[in-house]
Amino acid sequence: MIVNYGKCLHCGGCVGACPQNAIYLNDYILEFNEDCNNCGRCVKLCPVGALRREGKK
Amino acid sequence: MKKYHCDVVVVGGGPGGSMAAKYCARGGLDTIMIEKKAEIGAPLRCAEGVSKKWLEEVDITPDPAWISTDMKGAIIRSPSGHTFKLDESQAGNEVGYVLERHLFDKHLAQEAGRAGARIMMRTAARGVIRDKAGKLIGIKAESMGEPIEIYAKCVVAADGFESQVGRWAGMDTSLDQADILTCAQYRMSGIDIEDEYCEFIIGGAAPGGYLWIFPKGNGMANVGLGILATKLKGGKTPIDYLNEYIAKDPRLSEGTVTEISSGMVSGCPGLDETVGDNIILVGDAARIIDPLTGGGICHACRTGMYAGKVLTECNKTGDFSKEALKPYEKMWRDRMEDKLIRNYMAKERFATVDNDTLDDLVLMIQDSDISEVNVWNLLKVVKEKYPELVEGFEDLI
Repeated sequence: MIVNYGKCLHCGGCVGACPQNAIYLNDYILEFNEDCNNCGRCVKLCPVGALRREGKK
Repeated sequence: MKKYHCDVVVVGGGPGGSMAAKYCARGGLDTIMIEKKAEIGAPLRCAEGVSKKWLEEVDITPDPAWISTDMKGAIIRSPSGHTFKLDESQAGNEVGYVLERHLFDKHLAQEAGRAGARIMMRTAARGVIRDKAGKLIGIKAESMGEPIEIYAKCVVAADGFESQVGRWAGMDTSLDQADILTCAQYRMSGIDIEDEYCEFIIGGAAPGGYLWIFPKGNGMANVGLGILATKLKGGKTPIDYLNEYIAKDPRLSEGTVTEISSGMVSGCPGLDETVGDNIILVGDAARIIDPLTGGGICHACRTGMYAGKVLTECNKTGDFSKEALKPYEKMWRDRMEDKLIRNYMAKERFATVDNDTLDDLVLMIQDSDISEVNVWNLLKVVKEKYPELVEGFEDLI
């Protein structure tokens, strides 16, 4: 996942919403671990549209 | 590496964490509360509206220092603009407050500190520590940039919707998409609203949720919305919905935005299990939020207090096993679960209602003569004309 930190408000919503428990918020940086299966729920749910899948605009 | 030893470590310095820390410390437990941010209560991630009745229950005395607005009533606005205005008289003089969360949260943390809890700021949990037998014995954290370990007999996870601690401890905190509301909010000023009325705008503006205008005095307000995850369409984000609504509401369109916040809330009636061996989950981390309103402060305060009381009892025997922590589970469920389930079912049902029906419902409530307005009485009115909307949970009304 690509994070646009210009938009991200570090709210942690994606962390709690991830069905794979694959996202961690460490000091304002989002980390996606190997459990991420690219389902895109975080992309869809991000309140401010700060996430996108790799290779997508 | 620096190691700390205590009876209870509370992760998160929101209302749930501070209340848990306060009641643990008051019960004689050596308590450490950690907060990852540099300031308690900020940045804002909340609409700040609360009712009044529960404050007494958790022994919090209302203080103008952290109350922004004493509400006179509420306005419910339907998709095509019909409004139902609820005044103090119909709400039993118990409407509610809009808080200053950055001061309210600090007040609660200070109370925890006064009771004897140690608070470590800029300290983020990074994982749990288990002994060779697999027993949870503490947490790893990073404090002011340095790795530390905090050993405790029990961990209180008060780390909000993100709830990383619960996950590390192996608790099932996963949510169905239909139980997530995604939210965005602006602090606005220079807007033309009624300063003492909370406004709830239902229907198309915020599919599956609602849009709120909670006044902060002098033409300021928290203007935000929550949208049910399953209702998001076409790549639009909550902030897009919010911008669209503000642009077409002449009361708001000329206003100034001075703060943007976002977040998510759960819309389910609490986790199936909120205790495990040597761990308790409170507030948002336990998904104990009103599924209909998204209100979580009172639930966090109650569950934090219950956790502190139960841990105080556990400390007498030294048994912090899941079984020993079960009274916590019983306390919050006895106090809140019926209402959470009722509001969950109401939320589920109302998410299926179209804009025309919502218009009709607001008109219907306008014409009714409810003497005391609350979710309970409103649902009763709904039941008269739209029994199918409350079918299946009549018993809870």
